[in-house]
Parts: sequence; C-alpha cells; structure tokens
Amino acid sequence: MPKSGRQTWVFASAPRVISRATVAGKNESQGPLGTCFDIRHHDDRMGEDTWEHAERALADEAFALALAKANLKPEDIDLVVGADLNAQLISYFFSLRHYAVPAMGMYAACASICQSLAVGALAIDSGMAERVLVGTSSHFSTAERQFRFPTEYGAQKPPSAQRTVTGSGAAVLARTGSPIAITMATVGQVLDYGLESPWEMNAAMAPAAAATIAAHLADTGRTLADYDCVATGDLGFVGHEILCDLLKERGIAVPDNVTDCGMLIFDRNQPEVYSGGSGCACCTMVTFGYLLRKLEEGEWRRILVAATGALLSMVSVQQQDTIPCISHAVVFERKEDGS
Amino acid sequence: MGPVSRQEQMAYQRKARRYIPNRPIAKNTVRAFLVGGGICVLGQAIQHAFVRFAHFTVKDAANPTVAVLILLSVIFTALGVYDKFAQWAGGGSAVPVTGFANTMASAAMEYRSEGWVNGVGGSMFKLAGAVIVFGVVSAFFVALVRYIIGHLAG
Repeated sequence: MPKSGRQTWVFASAPRVISRATVAGKNESQGPLGTCFDIRHHDDRMGEDTWEHAERALADEAFALALAKANLKPEDIDLVVGADLNAQLISYFFSLRHYAVPAMGMYAACASICQSLAVGALAIDSGMAERVLVGTSSHFSTAERQFRFPTEYGAQKPPSAQRTVTGSGAAVLARTGSPIAITMATVGQVLDYGLESPWEMNAAMAPAAAATIAAHLADTGRTLADYDCVATGDLGFVGHEILCDLLKERGIAVPDNVTDCGMLIFDRNQPEVYSGGSGCACCTMVTFGYLLRKLEEGEWRRILVAATGALLSMVSVQQQDTIPCISHAVVFERKEDGS
Repeated sequence: MGPVSRQEQMAYQRKARRYIPNRPIAKNTVRAFLVGGGICVLGQAIQHAFVRFAHFTVKDAANPTVAVLILLSVIFTALGVYDKFAQWAGGGSAVPVTGFANTMASAAMEYRSEGWVNGVGGSMFKLAGAVIVFGVVSAFFVALVRYIIGHLAG
C-alpha cells in the first residue's frame, strides 16, 4: 500500500538511514545538545572570507563526513537531495561542485529536510536509487543578511524572534545497513493564516505543523501516543505552545512527548536565542544528532519529525505580503532486523 | 480541507496574539530614555571639552563633537559590540547620531564581501538612505514654506 489517506506515503521497503553527520557552529556547540554533534566549531566564520563561504564549508563537511561514515565514495551515490536558505540554494548546489552525482534542490525553507528525506526514501523505495545522500545547512549570518539586517546593525529584536541555527547535517539513505528506517512521509500543504511579521514566523508556521500532524494521524489511524517522540522543526518556545493549543482544538490528545527541535538545540539563557532556534539546519541537526541516536540506542522505537517552513522572501516581506507556511513530516522507526 | 478562509485567519490571529510575547514597552521606554539621554550627556561633555581645552566657540564645537560620537559608534560597531548594546538600549541607541553611524558602518561591513564599488559603495546607504532621502525632502519643503511665509509677511 504505497499511499495511505490523502497525504501520507508509506514506504513498504522501509529505507534505512545508514550514516548521519552533523556540523555545529559556536552557539550550537555550546548548547544543550552540543556533545551530540560530530564536528563542533568555535568560530562561525570558520576562517572563510564571507559568511556564504562559511556556510558552504559547513555543508561540505557534513556531506564528506556522512559519506566517510558510510564508507562510500561520491560515485556510490545515485541521488543527492537537499537545500539551504540562501536564494537559489547556493550553499547546497555549490557544495555539490565537488561531486559528479545526480542532484536535485528541495527548497521548502526550514521544512526542506523532511521534504528531502521523503523524496530520498521515495527514490529508494521505488527502486530509482540504491543510495541517496540527503542534507541541509543554514548560517545565522547569511540568514540575517538575506532576511533581516546586517549582522552588526543595532536593531532591537522582539522576544518572539528566533535565532537561525549555524550548522549542517547530512545522511545517507540505503536499502539496508542500519536499524533506523524511514517508514512514512506526510506531505504538507501550503497554508497562510495571514501573519505578516517576519519576527513571528513561529506563530505563522504553527498551523501548518498542526495540519500536517492532524493529516498524518487521520491518514494512518494513529494517535500521538503511538510515538515515543513527536518533534516539530523550528516552532520554538512560542510556536510550540500554539501548536499544542491547535492540536487540542482539533480534538487530538497531546502527550508530553511532543517537543520542538528549536527548543532543544538552544538553552533559553544563551545569548540572542529569544524564542528558540530556527533555520534549515535546526531540524536536521537535532534529528540526525539527537533524535535518531535515541532510536539507534533502542531507547525509542518510533518517532515523528515534522519540519516546518515559512515560505517568505525578502521581496515578499518588503511588499508586506502575508507568510505562507508548510510542514512535511517523516516517520522513523527502529527495525530489529538491523539490516 | 480547503484553503484558509478570511474568518479562519482572523480567528487564528486572535488566538496567536495570546501566545506571542509583547515587547516590554515600559522597560524599553525607560532604557531608551536613560541611554538616549546618556549619549546626549556624553555629547555635551565632549562639546564642553572642545570649548574648554581647544578654545572652540560653542557653535564651532558642534561639528567635532558629532564627529567624535560618530567615530565612537563606528569603532564599537566594528568591534561587534554596538548591536548587543542596541538590543539592550533599543530606541536609546537608534535615535541619536550614533545610531545613524551604526546603520552605515554595519551595512559597509556586511557588504564588504561584494567588493568596494558594488558592495561598500553601493550598499552602504541601504539602511541609512531612507533617512537621508526623507531628511532632504522634508528640509526642502520646510525651507519652501519658510521662504513663502517670509515673502508674504515681508
């Protein structure tokens, strides 16, 4: 049964996540999950001449490490899927200049990682690929420049603001070779609840996450209690509260296993964190570095990750357009066959 | 589920407002008053110093005073301190001339990676440009009104 309900894809062959790599910037390394990340940097510039080059270096490291951990060479990869937040995906595509492999860009803002995992798993499940490389990156300073102000500009941020995560994550998907499987993906819809402020993306994205989670439960007949952990991508402290309210409003019981990657990656008392982490790498790093580790260690058996993306651009913000949002969800399960 | 209706949007926005923390207006106002006032006191002290030690007239001391404040702002922007100070001070650091210097210095630093001409030259006024455009335009109209009134009265 390849499709369940209206929005959920079921991967009968349960493609496996055979290696994972995470690269963290300074604040992320110093955060509560710091020790979960493979490479920890202590300078977000990383010795590069521009912030964009620094982000590309983060993406380079994650891709190279994911391949090295799986003991694979680029020519062993059938497809690369991923994205970043820069216009025209320059971090993602430019970091692939080193690899002569078939590649696709997967922009869905911060929901890109789940979109990439869904398409990667689909490619393996359908037999179009044996091994797929998946990854995303983001950088505080490239996001600030693109979506907000110069980094040294003294504008006061409101308490609802979030901090873009500096880092990257990558994974290799294959038919066999790990107990961690991708069993389902729920494809989200573009929803616009009319919020305009780029400082309130958490509130703009929460209904998209609620809709995708509700669709997933309806499509599969499951409840949130069927999961050991349900993590949204980057709703942060503010968005998470709204999400819980919205789910309850839909009559969905919300157990305390529901969390958010943007709340996990930073401590609220770290500098300039405000309402939590956000960005294309937030969900990726927390999922690959922390959530999947819990599956690997056998502490958890099944989790749902719903990455959330605000689909705004600098032009749409300046033209005072409202912010459409999307959320894609992926189910990871521990398979005891271990293959 | 169809597209989100206008009513659903309004209902959701009312709900979301309950969760979105407000800016602490009272705290921000007090801080802005203290910091903005403090910067002005500093400027006054610098002006006094120019009059007292360098024997400027009060009027002539104005220009070098502004230059010193701009220099301080640019130095602290370059050291990566001004934006952290501004997060605390809010309007207090944005309104005085130091805030204007910060908009230009931060933009110049940010766009240095696009080169001297297109980057620093072309983008330095990206934030400050609006202040200059509306400053010049409003100055023109004020001058025009003053000229007309002056001639009618004269």
